[in-house]
Amino acid sequence: MSKQILSYRQAGGNTPKLHRHFPPHIWGIAATVLVLALAIAGCSSPAASPTTTSSTTTIAVATTTPPKPANPDIILASTTSTGDSGLMDVLLPIFQQKTGYNVKPIYVGSGQAMTMGEKGEADVLLVHAPDSEVKFMEASHGVSRKLVMHNDFVIVGPASDPARIKDVKSALDAMKKIAAASVLFLSRSDNSGTNQLELKVWKAVGIDPKGKSWYQETGQGMGATLNVASEKGAYTITDRATYLATKKNLSLDILGQGDPILLNIYHVIEVNSNKSTKINAAGARAFADFMVSAETQQTIGKYGVDKYGQALFFPDAGKTEAELGSK
Amino acid sequence: MELVFEGIGQAFWLLVSGDTAAWRVILLSLMVSGSATLISLCIGVPAGTWLALSRFRGRQVLVSLVNTGMGSPPVVVGLIVTILLWRSGPLGILGLLYTPYAMVIAQFIIALPLVTGFTMASIQQLDPSLRLQIMALGASRWQMVWLLLRETRLPLLAAVMAGFGAVISEVGASMMVGGNILNQTRVLTTATVMEVGKGNFPLAIAFGFILMVLVYLVNSLLTHVQQRSRTR
Repeated sequence: MSKQILSYRQAGGNTPKLHRHFPPHIWGIAATVLVLALAIAGCSSPAASPTTTSSTTTIAVATTTPPKPANPDIILASTTSTGDSGLMDVLLPIFQQKTGYNVKPIYVGSGQAMTMGEKGEADVLLVHAPDSEVKFMEASHGVSRKLVMHNDFVIVGPASDPARIKDVKSALDAMKKIAAASVLFLSRSDNSGTNQLELKVWKAVGIDPKGKSWYQETGQGMGATLNVASEKGAYTITDRATYLATKKNLSLDILGQGDPILLNIYHVIEVNSNKSTKINAAGARAFADFMVSAETQQTIGKYGVDKYGQALFFPDAGKTEAELGSK
Repeated sequence: MELVFEGIGQAFWLLVSGDTAAWRVILLSLMVSGSATLISLCIGVPAGTWLALSRFRGRQVLVSLVNTGMGSPPVVVGLIVTILLWRSGPLGILGLLYTPYAMVIAQFIIALPLVTGFTMASIQQLDPSLRLQIMALGASRWQMVWLLLRETRLPLLAAVMAGFGAVISEVGASMMVGGNILNQTRVLTTATVMEVGKGNFPLAIAFGFILMVLVYLVNSLLTHVQQRSRTR
């Protein structure tokens, strides 16, 4: 049989029919490679285009073109509340236009943001977990830490207020009542600034909620956790900014506020450049300076007033934490 | 329910009003997932063909690996790619994390086993005597492979659809390696998750709706090609 095939091939036989299939095959490969190359080339354009578009759109406003820094990419690890509240969507374009830096904001919990800083995966942090921040600075993971702004945490829950905390002045007493009534309480449990504050409050009242049937952990960001709380009719602790920005879809009311322990303070931290050779120290410095500059502070103070009837954040550059606490 | 209609209305408004940010999100979704699918085809089809036609020690292990890979959780792929691309990671020197390229890499890894597996399965389901017959007609090895692939073009298009469908609708890996950065790495799935987090449900539904329409359009195009070649 094999002999037959051999002789058949040698004789030429019908092979031209097979060869006819070849040209389209080669064209197919060529076309695929071409499309592939185009697709990959196209892929790079969205990364490059924002600087061009942002400059063209803002040229009408300010006739200056942004400067071109040597190392233009900055990774900012920022707490979810600054993203979910929309504040960064306002500030970052201004910063990019002014300085030419291209900021990549990664919105994560403050705990994760500091881990990123520690590993040198981020250049600059915007976080709100003061106790962890102090440790972060003591371990010299950061080179500077500046107070940017504050707002406050609030205890939210269903309007029916099953734990009757509405008229309780102290946040600690309110949390005690929630625990005593065994009403569902949602924890972010993502080591975020909000989560750290919540655990601090539980510790202060001497209750360990872990594993209790009324204590559930979402493991998600503030916006998502508020959605869950709203659906389940549960209590939770949130920063005021995220609550106000997402309130329209929630059936949750503010039931506890005003206790000094609920103060929510945001700092900007420049990551130590010894963490990685890739740290953009100049960019981090520029961003930190921008956040505490007079103009930015004014923008922060005004943010949300038109939309929510009140400011979401209060600018604090130059103040000390002690001054805020005494307020 | 009215949220859904509000969302669909918003989707149309985003498309018609030429909202540049929204269009960029849509185009980036198509480009990232399209490139990832194309690259996985370039490697997955030859790999699948080879696995289907060759006999060697350890082939069984490789086939099992491919089959496992077909169900690999995108979020795990995302985590591994993130660790590799970290500044402190082995590929950190490339500076690819939080860029569209990182998303293409992650999606390619998700799509590759699907394409390889589908190719392998479709070639193996051909009548083995067809191979003999082609060889008997005096075809070279490459000619035989080409003819077999031609025979399996219907299931191969299914491989394209499965690969593309898996990566464009994937969110865990894209979020992790891309970072959901506006105008840079925000795609339809990550934008949807973000808007849900913000409580902007109509906008979330709008992005979700656009995504579904997009997947439908791409698949109907592929189906058209597939069914046309069937009747030929």
